[in-house]
Amino acid sequence: MTAIFWKEMADHLGRRRFLLTFSLILFGFLWGMFILFREVQGSAVNTGEFLFLSLFTNSSGVLPPVLFYLGFFGPLIGIALGFDAINSERTQGTLAKLLSQPIHRDAVFNGKFLAGLATLGIVLAAIVLSIVGMGMFVMGYAPHGEEIIRILGFSLVTVVYLAFWLAMAMTCSIFFRNAVTSALVSLGIWLMATFLIALLIAPALAEVAVPEVKDVAQQVSRESWQLWISRISPSQLFNEAAQILLNPDARFTGVLSAQRASQLMSVQATPISAGQSLQLVWPHIIVVFSMVAAFIGVSYTKFLREEIRS
Amino acid sequence: MESLVETSSLTKHYGPIKAVDGLSLQMNPGEVYGFLGPNGSGKSTTILMLLGMTEPTSGTVSVAGHDPTRDPTSVKRQVGYLPEAVGFYPDLTGKRNLMYTAELNGINKREAEQKVEEVLQMVQLSEAGHRPAGQYSRGMRQRLGLADVLLKEPKLVILDDPTLGLDPAGIQWLLNLIENMAKQKGIAVFLSSHQLHEVQRICDRVGIMSRGKMVLEGTVSELTASQDGGFEVYLEVQKSNKQLIDALSNMESVTSVTTNGNKLTISSSVDLRNQVSEIAFEQKAGLVELRASNRSLEEIYLRYFQEPAGGDS
Repeated sequence: MTAIFWKEMADHLGRRRFLLTFSLILFGFLWGMFILFREVQGSAVNTGEFLFLSLFTNSSGVLPPVLFYLGFFGPLIGIALGFDAINSERTQGTLAKLLSQPIHRDAVFNGKFLAGLATLGIVLAAIVLSIVGMGMFVMGYAPHGEEIIRILGFSLVTVVYLAFWLAMAMTCSIFFRNAVTSALVSLGIWLMATFLIALLIAPALAEVAVPEVKDVAQQVSRESWQLWISRISPSQLFNEAAQILLNPDARFTGVLSAQRASQLMSVQATPISAGQSLQLVWPHIIVVFSMVAAFIGVSYTKFLREEIRS
Repeated sequence: MESLVETSSLTKHYGPIKAVDGLSLQMNPGEVYGFLGPNGSGKSTTILMLLGMTEPTSGTVSVAGHDPTRDPTSVKRQVGYLPEAVGFYPDLTGKRNLMYTAELNGINKREAEQKVEEVLQMVQLSEAGHRPAGQYSRGMRQRLGLADVLLKEPKLVILDDPTLGLDPAGIQWLLNLIENMAKQKGIAVFLSSHQLHEVQRICDRVGIMSRGKMVLEGTVSELTASQDGGFEVYLEVQKSNKQLIDALSNMESVTSVTTNGNKLTISSSVDLRNQVSEIAFEQKAGLVELRASNRSLEEIYLRYFQEPAGGDS
């Protein structure tokens, strides 16, 4: 499997996809720098405690936060690394040859998946570290422990989220022999998860579930329907988890009911600890993680049993 | 000596279709076995079962002492497989492609470098080895495929229609290479093809498949002898006449003489080329061409290699 892993890594980072990975890193870095100089640097005095986190969550005019950049373009690179993983081997005629070598068939899938994941990890680490690094350089001090834990937690969530897209695209590459079909289906799912569910499907279904809104209770009920439906999308889960992790003032996920609001009002508005935030988003991470596992499971059952004809 | 390949009543169904039907096959170490048959006769399916790449519906397989269905990795360690229409990573050089195969076979880097050079030289691709495989011609790809298969120093190589799509010169070159490889290195070759005429000369034994069944097996001369056609001499003269035909017909052991203008075909139970030439000379017919037409092989070809017309099954 290591042989496959390194060959795929060389493909991802070498000639073939270098431009893609490199430009993603570069844009991420520039995006972060823009936020840094336009927003964060000026407000250094009054924002106080969590400056490094605001590098990821602050937006600047029309430019959304770096968080958005990762959530939006990250999946695209996950798809780009995975959509032709297996079917390109098939069309090149290399799959039969590869599988006739003394390796287990799952090693082919595992090697490719891990190489993709490692590449995503490298890209993410490069973006996060370069932004934090420049932040340190410009602002002149280092992030404190709490911030480091939050940024690490956020990176973990992002990696799991990107792994979802990689696994999904690789599954498509097993099911669709044509790379173009596979790419289109992957992009369709991406479109569905990032836009359609949150903007169209969830509100529509919530309206069906709660047809009338006469009082606050019904309003809350409809909102929570909408939230729970949109949570079938990993993008929604990622956004929630990332918001919580990067924002120490956020202390709950879900819809704010009148009762809970009054409870919250009674406590002082102090930031919660990184550990508590992680606890809040733990379910989100687990759910996305199991989505990854589900896709890998489906791929296995299909790919390991399939007869490969050249 | 233990058989290298042995199958007994090997069967593979695809739904209602029997791709391979009760195949029993045996192959010795170092042997060149021609596995012949028209397209769709179950050759590729058999190969997939030999490699453990698909499971037999019933029957048993043993390759190099292992059961490919249960232990495909042990089989693949000792068996090289050149798939039909083999491909390579187009961006990587021929050499890098081979290095990858070496890595997958767990050959360490230094040893691999040396072996890659060696096999590239063998298939005369030393120069082209530095070019991306995407630029290779069909013939070069096939040669690179052969090099790829030889890397792991196999006991057996399975070649699935290696001559497909090559020009005649390329076919001869490739067959010579396969023959040398088998003779010099003692590697057994399982050669699948639908071109009986082309490959029969390098095969120690051939088996002929038709609709999933082995219909004939043996050495090429055994096969031709087993057909009841006997010998046939093809004769072309400048000027055919009745005397000539009578003289030919009256020879001992001649069964029939058919004519088509100046072209005659003489069927007999033994080889009569010598006598026929003498008669043609005596009759002053003006000999244009005289050759033994191997009718038996022709018959085999016609009987088993023509794909059934229409939907008869």
